[in-house]
Amino acid sequence: MSFPSGRLRGGRFEPRVEARRRAGIRFMWLCRFAVAFGVASLLVLLVSILTVGIPALSPDFLANDPSRFPERAGIRSAILSSAGMLALVAAMSFPLGVGAALYLEEYAPRNRLTRLLQTNIANLAGVPSIVYGLLGLAVLVRFLALERSLLTGAATLSLLVLPLVIIAAREAIRAVPGSLRAAAYALGATRWQAIRHHVLPAAMPRILSGTILSLSRAGGETAPLLVIGAFTFTAFDPVSATDPFTALPVQIFNWTTEPQGEFRALAAGAIVVLLGALLLMNAAAVLIRNRYER
Amino acid sequence: MPSDAVLETIGLGVRYGETRVIEDISLRIPERRVVAFIGPSGCGKSTLLRCFNRLNDLVPEARLTGQVLFRGRDLYGPAVDPADVRRSIGMVFQRPNPFPKSIFENIAFGLRINGFKDDIRDRVEVSLRAASLWDEVSHRLDADALGLSNGQQQRLCIARALAVEPEVLLMDEPASALDPIATGRIEDLIGSLRGDYTIVIVTNNMRQAARISDDTAFLYMGELVEYKETQRLFTNPEDRRTEDYITGRMG
Repeated sequence: MSFPSGRLRGGRFEPRVEARRRAGIRFMWLCRFAVAFGVASLLVLLVSILTVGIPALSPDFLANDPSRFPERAGIRSAILSSAGMLALVAAMSFPLGVGAALYLEEYAPRNRLTRLLQTNIANLAGVPSIVYGLLGLAVLVRFLALERSLLTGAATLSLLVLPLVIIAAREAIRAVPGSLRAAAYALGATRWQAIRHHVLPAAMPRILSGTILSLSRAGGETAPLLVIGAFTFTAFDPVSATDPFTALPVQIFNWTTEPQGEFRALAAGAIVVLLGALLLMNAAAVLIRNRYER
Repeated sequence: MPSDAVLETIGLGVRYGETRVIEDISLRIPERRVVAFIGPSGCGKSTLLRCFNRLNDLVPEARLTGQVLFRGRDLYGPAVDPADVRRSIGMVFQRPNPFPKSIFENIAFGLRINGFKDDIRDRVEVSLRAASLWDEVSHRLDADALGLSNGQQQRLCIARALAVEPEVLLMDEPASALDPIATGRIEDLIGSLRGDYTIVIVTNNMRQAARISDDTAFLYMGELVEYKETQRLFTNPEDRRTEDYITGRMG
């Protein structure tokens, strides 16, 4: 039954192989249950949203502005507002985030201050979004006396996702092999030349996919926008960054608070659109990463 | 050995944090000779090599004591820009590390960043010929450098280093990742560069050191044990440790 042993003899063992094997199988089933639970709740959510939401979808629903009459209400202004806001968020958070990440990874000395900065950025990524909303309200709207505009909303969301962009960009930059930097430096490249020609291009796919994921997080945020004063009812297209604004999730929130049941269906329809958009963004992020990584 | 040194170290020591890697090394690298650094793994030969082009600067916790002189000038002096040093003192690494770009761009990069004013195409060809790679790649300069064989990649890295006209070429075990045939070609190449460049090569392969170098330095535990003409070092080692190492009783 037992295999012959080597030089050491006489020790007492109780291998209980069968019991150990069963314990392993029990644990595997526990893990399977955990996965099934997550997938099942997601499925229930999706099915319930889709069954109510899909009938609400129509060309008119996308093309019309919100209205007091459910049959005429649409999400045109919300979509345009969200799209414009995300474009602004990208324009603000991408250069700031990548710049900060480059500083931390390529320039900053390895000392206590740098470590403190890094820890703080990681913590900022975990701050509840409503806190960023309050910050936006206090600093941008009250102190800087900016209007409650698309720009204010975008700036607030940029603050919110900046830590995420920095963390994603730092990881992307750190994944660039040191041999590539060494090759550039050994030819007489300055730090900036090595970064511009080799480090950044090599890190870019991951930086982009991280930024897109951060943007999709921003696209789904509601609370901070409500706090700084998003309009829950805008029947016009945003044409400039200083226009009053709404956003798709804000519109959804608004409709779910309406007493009439028809608006719930509209909310479900808007949720389907929002989910679809976020799913597309995440797919794009994965695609970029897979396409350019060797 | 001739006395006009291109590179010279005086009491050179390097620490990584608390770990002393090399200590109190004083040696002179004469002009246009091939000098090999040998010694067991971890003896500090690569670290010593990297002092010559200030590549240890990239390791945040590396600390250097003593002096490194390049043609009598302190390489670590306040007015010295490491980027400037590295153009004059080129380097080839252990693993071939071409840029993930075309063969042409691999060589053009060093030229562009250093403000090369003549015809880049011309210089690319000359560099590839000097590294005995031209005949194999002349018809596909726009191909991805990572598609070359390991040995070709390493010769591309040598071509890339030669293109910016260094005086000194540092080679950190340039053939250790290559098969015997590719290794032979690298050694032939070093033979053809000999006399035009000052070459400092780290190698784990004693027979390679014996084949290609004029002078050999034996390092052991961060210390320079013995340094003399290669032939004399291998036939007539003075230090017991050198003898043990080259006869295979140690390392």
